[in-house]
Amino acid sequence: MIINHPLLGPRDAAEFVYLGDASLIERPDGFGENAEDAMYDYVYLRDNPAGQHRELWYHEQGDRSWLVVTRNTLTHEITAIELARDVARSKGRSR
Amino acid sequence: MRYNALKILKEGLTGNKGWTPVWREPDPKPEYDIVIVGGGGHGLATAYYLSNKFGMTNIAVVEKGWIGSGNVGRNTTLIRANYLLEGNQPFYELSLKLWEGLEQDFNYNAMVSQRGILNLYHSDAQRDAYARRGNAMHLTGSGGALLDEVQIREKCPYLDFDNARFPIKGALWQPRGGTVRHDAVAWGFARGADQKGVDILQNCEVTGFQIENGVCRGVETSRGAIRARKVAVCVAGSSGRVMSLAGMRLPIESHVLQAFVSEGLKPILPSVITFGAGHFYVSQSDKGGLVFGGDIDGYNTYAQRGNLPVVEDVCEGGMAILPMIGRARLLRMWGGVMDMSMDGSPFIDRTHIDGLYFNGGWCYGGFKATPASGFCYAHLLSKDAPHPVATRLRLDRFRRGAPIDEKGAGPQPNLH
Repeated sequence: MIINHPLLGPRDAAEFVYLGDASLIERPDGFGENAEDAMYDYVYLRDNPAGQHRELWYHEQGDRSWLVVTRNTLTHEITAIELARDVARSKGRSR
Repeated sequence: MRYNALKILKEGLTGNKGWTPVWREPDPKPEYDIVIVGGGGHGLATAYYLSNKFGMTNIAVVEKGWIGSGNVGRNTTLIRANYLLEGNQPFYELSLKLWEGLEQDFNYNAMVSQRGILNLYHSDAQRDAYARRGNAMHLTGSGGALLDEVQIREKCPYLDFDNARFPIKGALWQPRGGTVRHDAVAWGFARGADQKGVDILQNCEVTGFQIENGVCRGVETSRGAIRARKVAVCVAGSSGRVMSLAGMRLPIESHVLQAFVSEGLKPILPSVITFGAGHFYVSQSDKGGLVFGGDIDGYNTYAQRGNLPVVEDVCEGGMAILPMIGRARLLRMWGGVMDMSMDGSPFIDRTHIDGLYFNGGWCYGGFKATPASGFCYAHLLSKDAPHPVATRLRLDRFRRGAPIDEKGAGPQPNLH
């Protein structure tokens, strides 16, 4: 697979480390209400869809940026690539 | 029809015209006691043990494609019981015992070959870890021995013992491990279940569950609705997809594992061999092909094919211990979709929906577990209590802080 890095252009997926579902950006508040349930869902449960999947890739052998890649899990076709930083900020995070 | 030597002789002399189909192709009945979703190795084994050992015969196995079209026909056919942890090892020992008696039990030639499995080690630390694992194996009576370099040189003189980076120092040897003809396992279980009256419904895809007031009462399929007192899902690889129809999220991701076969060669490998410093395992099929594999690709996928970086990695692992395979040509390669769980261990459990049961999360170790998985699932379905060796394979174990993490890699499915 080739991942078209927003800053560096097309790079071989072998340069990246895969983490998992992009929902991992949205870590729940460990002291909030129902923190135990929310943290269990966050750490252990996954949607694991057959089709469009937003996922986190880390460019370890490159510029060490985190990317949110939208990829089809049935065809491996990549349709969108964003910097994870931009995604986190758009959700109101400071970084 | 029971198979025996006399029958083969008679059919051989009369033109092989007396053989009948190995299982029926019935139409779905409107209702069963148990509907098993998934006609793979585990689903068919469950049907077999329910009908032959637990006295339940009003059962259907529904399968989207044809039976055995998924991972039971895609794996690298290894059997072994060389785990470390208490939640796993007694279960895999039961599986190995069932393999040992399987062919007599279901009267079908599954070509069970206990040729042994050799896990190579390359350092002092790894020797100590394997000694510990060997002790854990002895606790369940699974056998095993720690071999030194001299003993392995006698068995397999062609290994790269003096590799500069990963010299071979010894191995953990389990003589009871080996290989089995994987397709025959599916066919043998299917035949054994069919003979007791189990309906095997092929080309019958489950499209939904009938859940009424928190109780599962049946399934919707491409061949109509089927009512059931219990629905037993057994679709490892597609668990995320199927259980989402019941509104469940699972501690599982789907990943692809690739496997490879070389051209046919003269007999060279006496046993299964695994590389200790990377991920590579190899055995030789009875046709002569070297059957080998390694790591999963590492990203979520339901596509039954992988990518080239892993092909390179697996072949490098092979070259590191068996330089001679560099001359062999690769004949075929393929991929299968694995349920990778959060701790690398499986689930055999009921769900929070009454009447809905779940078996999955086999990671890439499902084949060796086939008979025990079926036996323990059948036990759970018929008695509504887990089998003693499967009491820890529960869906809520992460919430209770009781994962069964052989590798200690944490909740990261692609690292198990």
